[in-house]
Amino acid sequence: MLKTLSLSIFMVLGATPAFAMHISEGILPFSWALVWYLAVVPFVALGVKRLNAMAREDLSLKPLVGLLAAVVFIISCMPIPVPTAGTCSHPCGTGVAAILVGPLISVLIAAVSLLIQALFLAHGGLSTLGANTLSMGVIGSLAGWLAFRGARRLGAGLAVSGFIAGVLADWGTYAATSLILSLGIRGETPLLPLFGKVVLAFMPTQLPLGILEGVLTAGMVRLLYRKRPDLLVKMRVITEKELPSNA
Amino acid sequence: MPERRRKWKILLLHMIILPTLFFGIYFFSLAPKSWEGVDEAVVEKIAKEHGREARAPLIDPGSGDLLLFGFLLAGAVGGFVAGYYWRQLTRKD
Repeated sequence: MLKTLSLSIFMVLGATPAFAMHISEGILPFSWALVWYLAVVPFVALGVKRLNAMAREDLSLKPLVGLLAAVVFIISCMPIPVPTAGTCSHPCGTGVAAILVGPLISVLIAAVSLLIQALFLAHGGLSTLGANTLSMGVIGSLAGWLAFRGARRLGAGLAVSGFIAGVLADWGTYAATSLILSLGIRGETPLLPLFGKVVLAFMPTQLPLGILEGVLTAGMVRLLYRKRPDLLVKMRVITEKELPSNA
Repeated sequence: MPERRRKWKILLLHMIILPTLFFGIYFFSLAPKSWEGVDEAVVEKIAKEHGREARAPLIDPGSGDLLLFGFLLAGAVGGFVAGYYWRQLTRKD
């Protein structure tokens, strides 16, 4: 309870400066914005289908997905200063969402969070919603989920797997953002040098922030394992054999 | 009772340490200028170099500070309440 309250106080204090996050409204030309919209539609549709299928088995999944959506919404619009870079940015939260509810529902969560941010907080934009959902939702979730599952298969513990998933979800998101931006604005400029330039410009902020996201993801997974391991079994993150009572 | 006093002491300590830490990072960081969002400093800057500029959003909340603050505050309070009553929320009848 005290930890939650402390975190709340810190978040409220941290809310004073608000800056544009994600790719802003109008940055991408219409043709590219449309391409990214079309690219994410199947993932969002599959996310809705998957959520309905899982909710038919267990209705208590829906409040959990709602809470995760709130977590992703807050994490992905919370500006965190990076002192060495002199800028601030945000983690994504899609890594932990993908670990807990799978990558497809995580895409849906990201799409809803980004839509609310675009509508009410001027973070991102409606024209760039497809592009932002692709980078943060699709690439972030898939990178986090694949990294977590891969690390677990190689025998890594929950915390280490969560850390790798968080780091790769964050870095994957910004690598995808760099590619989307480069494709959209390049005109006659060669793609690869421009892509490299955007990646290099992101690095001073996103390298440390990705590590922070890894720590946050590992901490959340580890906390759930200690406090509510039954939820992790229900979400098929761990098996019953791995419950603390059986370990 | 000693347990309750201990909790209050920890709470008060947090209320002092967290703002101090926050403002310490904010004012004494190595940052050369005021905090710019990375997407402003990187995305919009590079896009402008290539002739693309950000447009005003459909619903313009100004700087976004007040709404973001409201959302974060509501989220923090909502999350706190939902977490506190989680077992009742998910109890099967």
